[in-house]
Amino acid sequence: MASHKESIIREPLVTGKDITYAKVTEDVLFPVENKPNKAWWIGFTVASLGACLWVFAVSWTFWYGIGSWGLNKTVGWAWDITGFVWWVGIGHAGTLISAVLLLFRQKWRNSINRSAEAMTIFAVICAATYVVCHMGRPWMALYCLPLPNQYGSLWVNFNSPLIWDVFAISTYFSVSLLFWYTGLLPDIATIRDRGKGWYRRVYSVLSFGWTGSVKTWQRFETVSLILAGISTPLVLSVHSVVSMDFATSLEPGWHTTIFPPYFVAGAIFSGFAMVQTLLLVTRKVLGLENYITMFHIESMNKIILLTGSIVGVAYITEFFIAYYSGGEYEQYTFLNRFIGPYWWAGCMMYGCNVLMTQVMWFKKVRTNIPMSWVLSIIVNIGMWFERFVIIVTSLHRDYLPSSWAMFYPTWVDVSVFIGSIGVFFTLFLLFIRVFLSIAMAEVKLLLKEQSEQAKRKELEEGHLEAEKTAFYKKNLIKFDSVEVSEYENA
Amino acid sequence: MSSTKFILGLFDDPDDMMHGIDKLQKNSIPIYDVYTPMPIHGIEAKLGIKDSRLGYAAFMFGCLGGTTIFILIYYFLVHDWPMNIGGKPHFAVPDFIPATFEWSVLFASFGMGFTFFYATHLFPGRAPRVMDFRATNDRFVIAIDAKGNIPHDDITNLLKEAGAVEVKHNDRKYVSYE
Repeated sequence: MASHKESIIREPLVTGKDITYAKVTEDVLFPVENKPNKAWWIGFTVASLGACLWVFAVSWTFWYGIGSWGLNKTVGWAWDITGFVWWVGIGHAGTLISAVLLLFRQKWRNSINRSAEAMTIFAVICAATYVVCHMGRPWMALYCLPLPNQYGSLWVNFNSPLIWDVFAISTYFSVSLLFWYTGLLPDIATIRDRGKGWYRRVYSVLSFGWTGSVKTWQRFETVSLILAGISTPLVLSVHSVVSMDFATSLEPGWHTTIFPPYFVAGAIFSGFAMVQTLLLVTRKVLGLENYITMFHIESMNKIILLTGSIVGVAYITEFFIAYYSGGEYEQYTFLNRFIGPYWWAGCMMYGCNVLMTQVMWFKKVRTNIPMSWVLSIIVNIGMWFERFVIIVTSLHRDYLPSSWAMFYPTWVDVSVFIGSIGVFFTLFLLFIRVFLSIAMAEVKLLLKEQSEQAKRKELEEGHLEAEKTAFYKKNLIKFDSVEVSEYENA
Repeated sequence: MSSTKFILGLFDDPDDMMHGIDKLQKNSIPIYDVYTPMPIHGIEAKLGIKDSRLGYAAFMFGCLGGTTIFILIYYFLVHDWPMNIGGKPHFAVPDFIPATFEWSVLFASFGMGFTFFYATHLFPGRAPRVMDFRATNDRFVIAIDAKGNIPHDDITNLLKEAGAVEVKHNDRKYVSYE
């Protein structure tokens, strides 16, 4: 490999001194090969309590039926579909990071892709449980599939976006699972080869017998690239189809042609916020500051800012079109978001998603870890309210004022939602314990060219333009994992 | 006759390992395989390994998936039980597109994925054929079949000259078997 040198003005993707291939393995596998620390146990206990609440609330729903939720004749769809769309949206960032950023050759994805993909899988699991739960009789889920039956056969209606959604979500889940697990194979092999006894045997089965020979790697890279290529349109199709669940209806507030791109942007927006929420904690608790650097955090914040602004433009477009269409029902629906009884939900939606994220134009905010974390939570809240506003606020005042109603969630609604967050975090915490939070093999690819030490060596060798060197050093100031003082003489 | 089955050159740097491959090839010593903890770009060309044909497999499987679901939907909605929905055509092609697309992607992914596993002999429970345990961690390993490649000392020296941090003469092909 004739390693070419990357321009010095690019920020390092791996920081720290004496980062060798062995050190990467040690650092990343530390939480896997050792007993978990206190922070992990606290997190895991809280999360599994949430998961237990979920099991209880879902069992309650199955036993007593959907009547235990707060739905009424006017608002027949509320927290369930809100939660579903919220989780599916969160899932999108994983695919975006692993697939779209791979196609764009964004190498900073290498240290965040595996945990983002895991997040996708767990978020889609949470979303799928909503679909099954809201059927009330979970075995009815089979009727979503075009299976021969005793009614004729009466087939599912392929003209309906709800059936497209069954196909889109199930394909998305299975393809993401394949992408994620194939990517994990080389790293599982590393755990296997370092282990002993039963530990090795378990990881040996999980590793599929990976060896890392030339042909294996070559095929692995082909598979990754093609999967990335076909996952990209797939991920766009999934949330487009989710949006068509609404957009193909005649409901004011839903019947909007802008919905597919608007939902996709919103999905990436909320997904990146969730990645940020998770990784800021993970990097701190597992001590991965050298791999998930300030550059990663800032880049993700930039994507949050961009997608948040796209969402903002979509909001404005919706309002403009409602005005411009001249349709009074359409106009009332959008006005109702501010002057109706759900004005506070509207304020949460527009405030959290558009106004709050605009502070990310400031570099000080983008590179501030506590603020980034708080903002990522705000985005998660805002995106939940977006779906709530679109669904409940549009439904609760329909064409007939005599049927206008409010939606009041019951404890079952609330518990299913809080519980699903518990399920998500339980799965994620188990993942970083059993597998690994960072794709080692892919980070190792960065060491020779994109790491801080490689760039430092280049600096010490000289032969670089002073202007570029100064630019590089200036960029290092924001990194919390770099000792800038060491660079004064370099 | 020595009992050495395989000679392994262990490198701690991928560039040194590539240099090692050059040296061996210059001396007409055939390389059995190379094991690395990460993909090495450009190594296939050097070792004369053909491009992967998995892309063709993915394309064929994708076509199969799309065709399958399209035919199925046609059978369901046009042939077996056409529904009168406001007098609209039964053969409403635009409505068939989302599911057709999804199954094209589904078949392409899994078809290619399983072809990869099949061709590379990867499946859960397969005994890993490891020549050196550090090849998945921090060592870049060139494996040379010892049979017919003598004298072994010359190979050792060549590898060392190229920058190998360690040269192993293994009596067993795979160290992972118990």
